[in-house]
Amino acid sequence: MNQDIFVAIEHLRGKVSEISYIMLAAAHALAKETGGQVAAIVFGQNAQSITSDFNADKVMYVDHPLLKDFNPEAYQKSMVGIIDEYKPRAVIFGHTTVGMDIVGGISAHLGLPLVSSVRTIEAGSKLISQICGGKIMAECDLPEGTALITLVPGGYKPEQGQAPQSPPLTSITPQQLGDLRISLNQYLEPESGDIDITKEPLLIAVGRGIQTQDNISLAEELAQAMGGEVCASRPVVDQGWLPTSRLVGKSGATVKPKVYLAIGISGAPEHAEAITGSDVIIAINTDPAAPIFNLAKYGTTADLFELIPLLTEQVRNIKG
Amino acid sequence: MNIIVPVKLVPDLVEELSIDSSGVALDTAWLRMIVNEFDDHAIEQAIILKEKTGAHVTIISVNVEGIDDLLFTASAKGADRLIKLTGDVESGVNNHALARGLAAFIKELKPDLILTGVQAHNDLDGSLGPQLAEYLGMPYIGYISGVKADGEKVNVRKEYPGGLIGEMQASLPVLLGIQASEQPPRYVAISKVRQMMKTVSIEEVDLSALDSKGAPVVNRMFQPEATERATMLSENADEAAIQLINIFKELGTL
Repeated sequence: MNQDIFVAIEHLRGKVSEISYIMLAAAHALAKETGGQVAAIVFGQNAQSITSDFNADKVMYVDHPLLKDFNPEAYQKSMVGIIDEYKPRAVIFGHTTVGMDIVGGISAHLGLPLVSSVRTIEAGSKLISQICGGKIMAECDLPEGTALITLVPGGYKPEQGQAPQSPPLTSITPQQLGDLRISLNQYLEPESGDIDITKEPLLIAVGRGIQTQDNISLAEELAQAMGGEVCASRPVVDQGWLPTSRLVGKSGATVKPKVYLAIGISGAPEHAEAITGSDVIIAINTDPAAPIFNLAKYGTTADLFELIPLLTEQVRNIKG
Repeated sequence: MNIIVPVKLVPDLVEELSIDSSGVALDTAWLRMIVNEFDDHAIEQAIILKEKTGAHVTIISVNVEGIDDLLFTASAKGADRLIKLTGDVESGVNNHALARGLAAFIKELKPDLILTGVQAHNDLDGSLGPQLAEYLGMPYIGYISGVKADGEKVNVRKEYPGGLIGEMQASLPVLLGIQASEQPPRYVAISKVRQMMKTVSIEEVDLSALDSKGAPVVNRMFQPEATERATMLSENADEAAIQLINIFKELGTL
């Protein structure tokens, strides 16, 4: 085994995912502890050029037609082969729809330790994970052997994972992928026809605290009075109360409004990561321990069912 | 189609969480446990498939307080077989140990399709699904928000950031990590659940001699210290409304 830190780079349709740069930044923090180098592991087809701004000591690139798009089976087999051959000190995956699909299988296949939801790496190779919707942190030592880590955003800036000069690239021979049981048929583009919430300067966001579909109208009335648009966190969209085009979060839109008014939203990491670019976040939540108050500039624990109608009324009075 | 749905209970995040005296675990004395919401969607997706194409649905969970309610509710929704895991597994278990224990048992059930929640908020050693799939020699796809059966295959919708969907095909047997069911989990009347309690039985399977290898050891747990916390306005709605109006004016929103 060596002391190098590998990073499982993610890219989607020609674009490097932001988590990849955050992982590179975290990998440097860990490599400083272990004394190894940072290697970016990239799978793709003719995708060498995406590595040009990576802050890494080296790139290990695997080119194969079946690795052009993410296929959990093909990616897992390829990563198993690389880890087994090079035996790095740790491999960092995104805690994402890509990384989380393969890291568990790799852990089970190779019998390697796995620590998930890691946010920061601290002195002494301590891994700090963020669990329970951001309400609890857990500290673990970097496990012995090749440790598998999944990283959530928030602990490192993407810019720390970027560098002005291209790292040296080595091509790695692809694994035998054999017959795959999973295939990608096609991509389906996001729903359109509705408004684009990523371009709205004022967003009134509702979460689980809104309780029922009927109560969505409270937020809609406020949005209409103020000239904003309504959006939502995952539970509201999963209930079918608002369309997917209004979803803010990990699998929805990342928004950067001037004002983000979060109503009944706890601020779980999956939602939080998509709103940190907002100029001002204002949170209304009866739970004083809700993580949203750590992101918001202003907050109140007043009951939304009393507060929102009052706000709507006063806004209407002002606007006439 | 033979569908297995392993589900878990997790702490209700609406309640206040605290760390116990060991410093490495949540204090369970006051914890309210609820079904992992993604598992609830996995149950719903299984029932939808049963209604559309015919299937036999088995729900499996660890025997913890509240599990009977969860299982009978699933039965009221349409699940055919209920199993709870007893023995060492009851005192709390990580996903590596649970996946190994479940794999040995589920193999015997010869499933065509396994659906489980894509993650649980208290996972610290990855999620259950991909590990279980590997021990069973099945492929895995997660973050699924729609499953269509098509003979010996399934077509699924996998979610990517920004609302993009990857439509994927997998041959059976396969394990899918469910993010959301095609329709929201249905409501069942409590009277129907009570009826199940009288007419349906829950099987018990012993799961002891667990192997946790691969899961981390926690040094300590703590509540995050806010580096920057919101300026808190009044908790009184009337006062908060006036304060918010002034803030909106300052920000130029009004």
